[in-house]
Amino acid sequence: MSATTGPGATSSPTAAPSSSSARNANATSSRKPRRSARRRAEARLGWILAGPAFVVMLAVTLYPILQAVWESLFNYQLTAPDDRTFVGLNNYLVILTDSIFWRAMGVTTLIMVITVAVELVIGFGLAMVMHRALRRLRGLLRTAILVPYGIITVVSAFAWFYAFDTTSGFVNSWFDWVPGISSDLNWFAETPTALIVIMASEIWKTTPFISLLLLAGLAQVPGDLEEAAKVDGATPWQVFKRVIVPNMKAAIMVAVLFRALDAFRIFDNVFIMTQGSAGTEVLALLAYRTSIGQLQIGMGSAISVLLFLCVIVICFIAIKVFKVDLAPAQGGK
Amino acid sequence: MRRTGAAAAVALVATLGLAACGGGDGDDVELTWYINPDDGGQAAIAAQCTTEADGAYAISTSLLPRESSSQREQLARRLAANDASIDLMSIDPPFVPELSRAGFLAPVPQELQETAEAQAVQGALDTATWQDELVTVPFWANTQLLWYRTSVAEAAGLDMTQPVTWDQIIDATREQELYLGVQGGRAEALTVWINSLVQSAGGEVISGEASNADEVEVTIDSEAGAEAARILSEIGEDGLGGPGLPTSDENGNLSTFEGDRGSFMVNWPFVWPAMSGAVEDGSLSQEVFDDVGWAMYPQVVEGQESRPPVGGINLGVSAFSEHVEESFAAIACITDPAKQAEYFVTNGNPPSATEAFDDPAVQEAFPMADVLRESLEAGAPRPLTPFYTTVTLGLQRTWHPLDQIDPESTPERSTELLRAILAGEDLL
Repeated sequence: MSATTGPGATSSPTAAPSSSSARNANATSSRKPRRSARRRAEARLGWILAGPAFVVMLAVTLYPILQAVWESLFNYQLTAPDDRTFVGLNNYLVILTDSIFWRAMGVTTLIMVITVAVELVIGFGLAMVMHRALRRLRGLLRTAILVPYGIITVVSAFAWFYAFDTTSGFVNSWFDWVPGISSDLNWFAETPTALIVIMASEIWKTTPFISLLLLAGLAQVPGDLEEAAKVDGATPWQVFKRVIVPNMKAAIMVAVLFRALDAFRIFDNVFIMTQGSAGTEVLALLAYRTSIGQLQIGMGSAISVLLFLCVIVICFIAIKVFKVDLAPAQGGK
Repeated sequence: MRRTGAAAAVALVATLGLAACGGGDGDDVELTWYINPDDGGQAAIAAQCTTEADGAYAISTSLLPRESSSQREQLARRLAANDASIDLMSIDPPFVPELSRAGFLAPVPQELQETAEAQAVQGALDTATWQDELVTVPFWANTQLLWYRTSVAEAAGLDMTQPVTWDQIIDATREQELYLGVQGGRAEALTVWINSLVQSAGGEVISGEASNADEVEVTIDSEAGAEAARILSEIGEDGLGGPGLPTSDENGNLSTFEGDRGSFMVNWPFVWPAMSGAVEDGSLSQEVFDDVGWAMYPQVVEGQESRPPVGGINLGVSAFSEHVEESFAAIACITDPAKQAEYFVTNGNPPSATEAFDDPAVQEAFPMADVLRESLEAGAPRPLTPFYTTVTLGLQRTWHPLDQIDPESTPERSTELLRAILAGEDLL
């Protein structure tokens, strides 16, 4: 299957580099025609070097995606192989008219929006601290801030779960002076409280990632611009708003896009803490429960395909509407 | 290096050859037994049976995940791919019909069927049977008892030598402002509880043993279903399970039961070694331990015998195994009552064989052994259907949380949901 789809799929990615190298070649060819041959050789070498990895990537991503699309057209349970029937788009119809799916979609979107927004604010603060810190402290600070990001998500999910658990957790007894928190509060029994813990854990864990990306952006802001603004009498807030943010817009958008895509695929925290009960089910968990838990390969594939389409839509919106330029994040020219 | 290795191999083959002289020609038969995690008991039995087989076969074990749903996932995925590396399997009983219907289980030889039927308790045999045929062999059998604090029962004036009802223990808990140990979390344990309540009230969650999804007859919308819903909703609404009820499981129940507000608890016998271990390491006082009593699972309708939950592990042989005959020989060895008794004492998992309960070591380690046997004889299996996962998840979705259960509408709502899901018209 991968052999037949390979060439068709390679055509679009090849188009991009070859056209840009052609453009470069055209620009230089009028003056130095000999460079063009060298450029072509470089491009060829690039493909020889990257080609095998590219083929492997297609084999391990494109093939499963196409297989999922194909299987989503069947009513197929793994333990009832003889009952497999072709149902066309019926699985999609069932999913798109089911309240469970839309609820999971809502919860997923809510988690994505809130966590990314909070992470952006805290991440910016941490990035500023790291950026301004004394050189002696910088290494230590960076390490301290990065620690949560180094922890495996499942481990951090368990840590947060046990901290908030009614029988074994310490949160209820430490914070019982806060209105609404008492020793009887079962955080994982109601949707709002369960989502708060899930999102807090998510934010705690991934803010370092966003702050690192922002730190890289901060480093790109020219120091003389800031100085010039200060000399002109700008307040720190004005410097931040008029100089720093506009100059690192690309880095901010890349950070938001990466985190939004990650947050939309949230799984571990929900899986460990609630298993989707108390109205905390997210799309990735629904897909998992359907295809792995119930072994409903057809229906589960259809949910996965829809999840995949959502991710593509988010990418599309970010790149086309907000004009995110991914080149700097990839370390391109 | 290589030379010494070769020399050693020659020596080994020579000794094995000599040793195998009396043991037939089956040295090469290596059986793989996929086991659920335990305290090493199954591995010990595998080693014992390998020795007893005297060269006819050797059993090695391979560990399945801890959660029974994950065990099923792994077995089903491997079997669906015709994996020949599985010979024996430790199967959680509710998944027996599914694996059998899919053609994943090799048929049990007549002789072994007869042995199993003669030695095993009824509750365990029910879980091993699909469409009137014994398709797996009961190994160990689990059941829930009613564990109680003697002081609480006395204060409530309950005579625990006689069967008690759910209403009685609910009243006692409410009056003394204590917590009931029940599994209210959205998990398999909730289905176990619902099923036993419905069965104890004389009903069934599903009737018949239909092979096809569209023929499954959901019968929980009945008087028995309403009665089960009433008990659950009363416990939920009155907060009798404590604040942890919406997420409580068997381990959580045990901590509640051992605590200051412990009263009654329905739970598996693992709690007994757990409590005596806690006394030994000092985390539980001897006073509380001495206060613990046990009885048959509570009745729903006064005077009508209760149908306690049944669990455990059944043994099956993969239809894709290359050593079916040896595998069944191994099962005959593993399920030997003496080994089951030892397994109970060392690992805390009760035997399925009736006579194993009479073993003196069992009687000493588990003073409630006779009640366990009685409970297993009366026990009711969970719905026997190849679509068990769908049924249990559907029940959990409609019967959780307990304080939202309405005896008038919940059984009907769950019936409708299950029908729609089984027909592929709804998501779960």
